[in-house]
Amino acid sequence: MGLLAMRQHGRVEFIEQHFLKVLNHPIESSGELRYDAPDRLEKRTLKPHEETLVLTGGVLTVERAHNKRVMDLHAYPQVQPFVESIRATLAGDRSALERLFHLEFTGSVARWTLTLVPVESKVKQSVAQVRIEGARDQLLKVEIRQPDGDRSLMTLRPSTLP
Amino acid sequence: MMVRRARVLILWVGCIAFAAFIVARAHYITDLSAFLPANPTPVQQLLVDQLRDGPATRLILIALERGDAVARARVSVAMADQLRKDPQFSSVNNGEAVAGQRDREFLFQHRYLLSDAVTPERFSASGLNAAIKETIDNLASPAGLLFKSLLPRDPTGELLNIFDQLARAPAPQSRDGVWISADATRALAVAQTAASGSDSDAQSRAIDAIRAAFAAAAGDSQRGPNKGVQLRLSGPGVFAVAARAKIERAAVRLSIASSILVVALLLAVYRSLPALGLGLLPVTTGALIGVAAVALGFGAVHGVTLGFGITLIGESVDYSIYFFIQSRHALNRVAGRSWQQFWWPTVRLGMLTSVCGFASLLPSGFPGLKQLGLYSIGGLIAAALVTRFVLPALLPRDFAIRDVTPFGTRAAALLQGVRRIGRAAIALWSVALVMLAIAVLYRDRATLWNRELSALSPVSIEEQDYDAKLRADLGAADVRDLVIVSGPDLESILRSAERAAHALQALVDEKAIGGFESPANYLPSMATQEIRRSGLPSAPELRANLKQALDGLPLRADRLQPFLEDIEATRHTALVSVRDLVGTSLNAGFDALILHQRDKWDALLPLRGAAADRPIDMARVVAALKDAKVGDAQVLDLKQESDTLYASYLSEAIRFSLAGFLALTVLLLFALRSPLRVARVLAPLVLAVLTVAAGLAVGGVHLTILHLVGMLLIVAVGSNYALFFDRQTHAEGDGSEALTLASLVIANASTVIGFGLLSFSQVPVLVALGTTVAPGAFLALLFAAIGAPAASARAQHT
Repeated sequence: MGLLAMRQHGRVEFIEQHFLKVLNHPIESSGELRYDAPDRLEKRTLKPHEETLVLTGGVLTVERAHNKRVMDLHAYPQVQPFVESIRATLAGDRSALERLFHLEFTGSVARWTLTLVPVESKVKQSVAQVRIEGARDQLLKVEIRQPDGDRSLMTLRPSTLP
Repeated sequence: MMVRRARVLILWVGCIAFAAFIVARAHYITDLSAFLPANPTPVQQLLVDQLRDGPATRLILIALERGDAVARARVSVAMADQLRKDPQFSSVNNGEAVAGQRDREFLFQHRYLLSDAVTPERFSASGLNAAIKETIDNLASPAGLLFKSLLPRDPTGELLNIFDQLARAPAPQSRDGVWISADATRALAVAQTAASGSDSDAQSRAIDAIRAAFAAAAGDSQRGPNKGVQLRLSGPGVFAVAARAKIERAAVRLSIASSILVVALLLAVYRSLPALGLGLLPVTTGALIGVAAVALGFGAVHGVTLGFGITLIGESVDYSIYFFIQSRHALNRVAGRSWQQFWWPTVRLGMLTSVCGFASLLPSGFPGLKQLGLYSIGGLIAAALVTRFVLPALLPRDFAIRDVTPFGTRAAALLQGVRRIGRAAIALWSVALVMLAIAVLYRDRATLWNRELSALSPVSIEEQDYDAKLRADLGAADVRDLVIVSGPDLESILRSAERAAHALQALVDEKAIGGFESPANYLPSMATQEIRRSGLPSAPELRANLKQALDGLPLRADRLQPFLEDIEATRHTALVSVRDLVGTSLNAGFDALILHQRDKWDALLPLRGAAADRPIDMARVVAALKDAKVGDAQVLDLKQESDTLYASYLSEAIRFSLAGFLALTVLLLFALRSPLRVARVLAPLVLAVLTVAAGLAVGGVHLTILHLVGMLLIVAVGSNYALFFDRQTHAEGDGSEALTLASLVIANASTVIGFGLLSFSQVPVLVALGTTVAPGAFLALLFAAIGAPAASARAQHT
């Protein structure tokens, strides 16, 4: 946590797979994740469609093509764990994480796993568990499990994008 | 003599009783219609409707300041919760997502009739493919996840589309679940009252309800978790209520203060309580008759008219002063010639010139000015008649007031000193002053008159700035530019609104305007709904299209059985009507954009600028609407329209005032039968008015309609002074100048006190009147006295 908190900026590439029961096969997207201390997170999806998702100060802005949507996370507790788990972990913001989740840390600094289980029942309806794998101050994998069995898996690696 | 006296008194008491009866039964209006046209043109009628009942007038902006952010959010939530239960408010929005289950169910149930994306092509194979693909893409994003469970019933994402359709206005920032200002120092909310903004009593009750809800939500302001959080309100209704209270307070306080001062002055002069009591009779009778005249003439009395009752004190107190002081002289000195014979014709002429001046207000299109004119005319005639007939009848046999001759003599001596500089020099100075005043007025001619209606607004600049700031934070909720479509029924205006929206959307795409709202976004016309419904495919057709559409998509057709069922159900369902909206929060939004009066319906489409600092090019909007054949659409720029309206009142009032001045000149020519004498009477008045106007211009004041009324008052009051000097000069010199001068100086002092006090008020309209009349009346006396050929001097020469 301490190591994570010391970082001011971060830029990683991601590949995200969504496994949804309603769909026959997973949908895949990829792009770049940027982080600026203390609370700005930008998820820029490049494939299959361009979409920019900015989280700052508890407000999520989703911009896609000509369409811009602003969501206050307080109003959508179901959405909160999807973004806040990543942001707070990147920020090393332990107190923010503890406000939302029960934390369990396993492994070593060199290779660790953080398991997050939502505290609030309303949040539990949309997220059962978040598992984050990392090495030192790098995040490697983020898996989000939903109570209905659907899940998403985000794999991260240092950015090679310009 | 006794019989006549009794008759006069009986008549007077009868008149007073009748007037009191009328006044007691009169209807009093306190809304802002005094400032609205009496016989509006169609565009003005729209404006009046907007200013009185438009959606903008029903908004109360709520700001929570100080304390800490979490406490502000907590208070905001608790307050809004309380206010939402209050039927006084048609909606309360603080950014919380309480749109709620009810709205969601309603929108979801009717999604294929309400969504503007619904066309026959949407349900063709390619249309379905595109829509479903987008919905699946959305599932990868957190926002789309909200709709995951709806996918089997709504694979084309109509609900999300309707949400976007309704939320096209830019939303304010929010934090901790509630709206906040851009600088994050305030929590914000907007309440919409059920009553119209012009209903000041209802607005006042709504404001009280908000304050009570705040008090309950915030708890102890000193201790407790929410300590320090403060409430501040803004908006048209809040301003109207505050302005009403402010004007009432100022008018009452200043009337009391000036009454006390004038009474003290009169007491000091008369040294007689009966004289004081009698001296106030003309004013009080005049005020009563004036209000009764307005009530009879107009059916209802504007609060504004009553508020200016003080203007009458200006002239009618003077009458009794002249009577007491001069009749003493008349009794003592001019044997056999009473005040009635010697001075009354002069007072009568002065009164008639004032009537001429105020009559110029009567043809005004501004109900407030019309009433003020009639009030003044009725009041002045009554006051003069009381002075002439009632006061002599009531005068006790042993009536005596202090002899003010010594005071008058001192004043006369002072005046002699000034006059000693010689008539040529006085004339030269006057001409120089006139030239200077005209030069100043000419220099400032462009900015001399304030042509904005807000000039009359009692709302302070600070409050207006604060209001603007809140509106900017709330996302330009200020309705300034409107497109209005009218029709005989709801369906026809919704259809027109849809056609207009089509044209406006093109302007949004061209970035000519930022956006717009329309009632048809909440409830499409029956025609549109019918087109959408009849365009929905039959079950077999849809099934076939779907099979083709899902080719290559990770979704199996059998999962979408609920979708097929919902479409089929919609094909046989009834169209959505206004009644279906009831009970949802959409009703408030819809209601605010619909005006209904008897057999006339208006739909309002408020426009938003593309940028905060860039005004909308209305000519372009008009052209676009015309091209789209929405010819019956009216385009209204509220601010510009109300300013135009006010400017037309102003130029009309200026024209009528000049006509009044002309009438007054003719009257004087007829009475005095000498152009030279008329010129001598009018010169000091013109000089006083010009000097005051120039002085105000130098002081950076832009003149308003109330300054004009003030100038009329200068002429009204000042004409008495000038006429007395004229009378003095042209009657055989009896050496009474000292007493005349004393009466004029005392009368003038009472006027200057009364109006001078108005200058210290917080209400712009009262300040305008005070700063014009107080110096103007003083200058009128000064100029009249200096300019008059000295009677006593002439007496000495002969």
